[in-house]
Amino acid sequence: MKYQYFPGCSLKGMGKAYEESFLAVSRALGVEVKELEDWNCCGATAYMSVDETKSYALAGRNLAIAERNAGDVIAPCSACYLVLNKTMNGLKEHTELNRKVTGALKSAGLDYKGTAKVRHPLDVLVNDVGLEKIKKHVKAPLSGMKFAAYYGCQVVRPYATFDDQDEPVTMDKLIAAAGAECVTWPLKTRCCGGSLTGTVPEAGLRLAYIILKEAKKRGAQAIVTPCPLCQFNLDGYQDQIAAKYERIDMPVLYFTQVLGLAMGLSASELGIKRGIISAEAVLAGR
Amino acid sequence: MTEKFEPRIVAFFCNWCTYTAADLAGVSRLKYAPNVSVIRVMCSGRVDPQFVLDAFARGADGVLLGGCHPGDCHYAEGNYKTLRRMRMLERMLKAMGIHDGRFRLEWISGAEGEKVRTVINEMTEKVRALGPLDLPGKTLEWDKELKELEAHVNQSAPKEEAVHAR
Amino acid sequence: MSDNKNKQADLPRVGFYICHCGSNIAGTIDVVEVSKYVSGLPGVAVSREYKYMCSDPGQEMIAQDIKDHKLERLVVAACSPNLHEETFRKAAAKGGLNPFFFQMVNIREHASWVHTDKGAATQKAMDLARAAVARVRHHQSLEKKRVPVDPNVLVVGGGIAGIHAALTLANAGKKVTLVEREATIGGHMALFDKTFPTLDCAACILTPKMSAVKSHPNIKLWTYSEVEKVEGYVGNYKVKVKRKPRYVNEDLCVGCMECIDACVFKEAKFPDKFNQGLGKRKPVYIDFPQATPKVVLLDPQTCIQLKTGKCKKSCAEVCDRKAFDFEQKEKFEEIQVGAIVLATGFKAYDAKRDHQYGYGRYPGVYTALEIERLVNASGPTSGEVVLRDGKKPKAVGIVHCVGSRDAKSNKWCSRVCCMYSLKLAHLIKEHSDAEVYNFYIDMRTPGKGYEEFYDKLLSEGVHFIRGRVSDVTDWAVTPEEEGRLVMRVEDTLAGFVRRIPVDMVVLSTGLEPQHDAQEVRRRFNIGCGSEGFFQERHPKLAPVNTFTDGIYIAGACQAPRDIPDTVAQAGAAAAEALALIDAGFVELEPNTSHVIEDECSGCKSCIPLCPYSAISFEENKKKAIINEVLCKGCGVCAAACPSGSIRQNLFEDDEIFSEIEGVLAK
Repeated sequence: MKYQYFPGCSLKGMGKAYEESFLAVSRALGVEVKELEDWNCCGATAYMSVDETKSYALAGRNLAIAERNAGDVIAPCSACYLVLNKTMNGLKEHTELNRKVTGALKSAGLDYKGTAKVRHPLDVLVNDVGLEKIKKHVKAPLSGMKFAAYYGCQVVRPYATFDDQDEPVTMDKLIAAAGAECVTWPLKTRCCGGSLTGTVPEAGLRLAYIILKEAKKRGAQAIVTPCPLCQFNLDGYQDQIAAKYERIDMPVLYFTQVLGLAMGLSASELGIKRGIISAEAVLAGR
Repeated sequence: MTEKFEPRIVAFFCNWCTYTAADLAGVSRLKYAPNVSVIRVMCSGRVDPQFVLDAFARGADGVLLGGCHPGDCHYAEGNYKTLRRMRMLERMLKAMGIHDGRFRLEWISGAEGEKVRTVINEMTEKVRALGPLDLPGKTLEWDKELKELEAHVNQSAPKEEAVHAR
Repeated sequence: MSDNKNKQADLPRVGFYICHCGSNIAGTIDVVEVSKYVSGLPGVAVSREYKYMCSDPGQEMIAQDIKDHKLERLVVAACSPNLHEETFRKAAAKGGLNPFFFQMVNIREHASWVHTDKGAATQKAMDLARAAVARVRHHQSLEKKRVPVDPNVLVVGGGIAGIHAALTLANAGKKVTLVEREATIGGHMALFDKTFPTLDCAACILTPKMSAVKSHPNIKLWTYSEVEKVEGYVGNYKVKVKRKPRYVNEDLCVGCMECIDACVFKEAKFPDKFNQGLGKRKPVYIDFPQATPKVVLLDPQTCIQLKTGKCKKSCAEVCDRKAFDFEQKEKFEEIQVGAIVLATGFKAYDAKRDHQYGYGRYPGVYTALEIERLVNASGPTSGEVVLRDGKKPKAVGIVHCVGSRDAKSNKWCSRVCCMYSLKLAHLIKEHSDAEVYNFYIDMRTPGKGYEEFYDKLLSEGVHFIRGRVSDVTDWAVTPEEEGRLVMRVEDTLAGFVRRIPVDMVVLSTGLEPQHDAQEVRRRFNIGCGSEGFFQERHPKLAPVNTFTDGIYIAGACQAPRDIPDTVAQAGAAAAEALALIDAGFVELEPNTSHVIEDECSGCKSCIPLCPYSAISFEENKKKAIINEVLCKGCGVCAAACPSGSIRQNLFEDDEIFSEIEGVLAK
């Protein structure tokens, strides 16, 4: 299994732990992952609302490079995943947009026909690698641990390509394969407040607090997520939330970290220590 | 010469699915390009490849053929025969220099009025971009070239009698 | 000029008529211009425009012109031939012209209604008219073929639509076979407790009709059976029906149900499908006490004898009629009918598809059909409204439009949900002390007495909240919400988001096409609309006809509808079938193909192409020959014949080539 990998800004910055754990897990499972050469900004959500066409062209450049190499491209960051998918669909549906974007790409000697597909690591792990194979690699099952699988909004909306929009289950399946338990809760795809924390902090913090509080109430020891923005938003503001509401102290992990731990990879390989709310106490208990 | 080129497209629609879909598009007041004239046949399987060739030869810039979806033919399997014939015809048309979407086969069910609109609009745009096919004009040109060539050959080649006379 | 005249003299004299259709055509197409243009075409003797060509004066004018101007061909440019081809053929005949010396030009559906540019639409109308004038010259004089109609009728589906259609036909003296897939007739209506808006009990009005079906001398009732195959054509259908094994001889069983008591399973332990899984049944069962026919059956999935062959068979022992037959196999029967009424009903939307409402996840969430059984006196709780754990709900929320009016699932309004939600609200109030909330988008009550019923509910203290429920969760934020279901909704009248804690949620699921509607429509050679319901021939003027003559549709298989409309439609379908049968014969379109014997080379290319095996090879002559009775007029053979010796009436090569030439001529 060979894939190209589009890190985007998150996985090289605040989502470093996601990159480390994603690559470590892929390596251990024998999934060949090669970083897309000369990639650029995915044209993410914010730029979309400033200049849509240019944003599509930016994303289109990444897709064109991926297509030149042939093979699916994995975008672990939810925002990248969404924007690249949106571009893929947008160029297919809107001929005028397609004309403009492919014209721009042509001037850079590139072309995008729509054959390179954008994939999410959850999709690849569950549908390509398969749960059976993953279970075979689980050497240190996380028995007795309880997690809240939190997907965020962008991986399932609006393009529910590999999971249900309202009640996604792929990550739950992976956590179960890792030997841990998932709490049942209705807030899997509820807004984490991510985009709001920077602009309207009182609204953003409230939304993050709702997620953290409910996860704790349901007995989760940590929240597990596939999204760098959710991870940062839920992990990084817990002091402010404590000052405003109450202290929760809930570690927020990437699902690749959880999977890596179960596969016997070391905490440092998986970037466990990068979290602001330490997961060490929770993980020590397993 | 500055007048905008308006393609002329001839369509053969089967009575049960695509013709009905075109009726539905009308009843639903969907708006589409006026460049396509529809000829009704009972089944797309009635469309002799010669009909398509004839349309091109008489000046059509495009030919559209519409039938029921595979498995849905009113006559059980007429559309499969259409598909077989038209695949072959496409190769022939290509050899004649008629391709790039000037001929199109579409399955449109009686419920797909919307699809009639999209297909007709898309095809009109595509053929418009390709420009006129003008097979009748070309045929005249080719005829003229042939005649000139013939005349030229007749003139320059030594006459048989002359050769004998030598 | 004189040369042109001479030419014209050789051509048949054509009359051209273009219709304004009020402003439907004339609003977009310059009909006067078109008429003027056509009058100059070779062979055209008369060219006229008229406000409504299909009206009596319009037809009269055509008939008179044919006589006065000795017209030999007729072209009418108006609406789709699917609508008025027959009308103008009759007008031609009235004028003394063979009706097939006529060609129709569709300038309404295919031009004026779909184009906005008047110039281009007028040009297109001229092109099409010119093509028709060129084509019609080649038309031949043809006769319609008459075939007799078998007077027997097949009704498929034993819900209220099928029951009503079968009874109507049988009362008119026709022999009817009613085929029903389930073990009993009654359909969805048999599940209901009361019916809106009159609140009369469904069983009280349905079961008498069910027993009338059973006892009617003209009705053959085949339950637990499915149509396998349909062959033939209008008036002459051959139908193969699969009869599934009940493992009980239907003729012997009297429905005493002693076998059910005697079953080795002392307790009923398997989910009862009829009660939507809310109750339990044994391997030997009957759906409900008034099931028709009142005959038990065995479930092969759970019956020990059928699964392992090792059971005491106490059910069979106790049966003094010796009705049990564990070796029974499915069997096939063939019937001949002239007409078929399809009344195959609907499927309720699968509430699990809307994850946000938690059906299947939270035990307190129910579908409307489950509540129908719950409030039913003969249901699993004898009409008591209790939750799955036996507790009584203090508050109940009814969610409208689940699987309806939703871009994510079904776009259509299911028409009955507002009314049945009101009915269920009333019944829940009647059967419990719970507070009842209705969450609606729009309240749709178009029907006799429907709005009045809504008014009545308003005065009964039921709460109405206008807004689509966003989700149902167990996410409690206040002590009052703990342990209950929380419904979140934007109250669009109050203008804010509300959280309403309840104990029971009822999802008013919409109506969908049956899961196998596509297979069924293929079997009967009819169409489905884009949403998957069976397609009527015309939404207004032929609502129970299909594109296949002799096959009629009734009830919710055509679109969501309530009981009064379903019954009305079933009556209409029966009347259409009767009209066909009582005429005694049908006239078939003479568009069949035939072989020009002299030109046939005997290559046999055509023979395997015919889906109806209508072409055979005459060994002594070494020629192909087409059986006109079997030919359905697709023309596939005509297109394939290498020597061009197969001709299809109405679609001859000459006709189509001149149409092509005509449409492209400038």
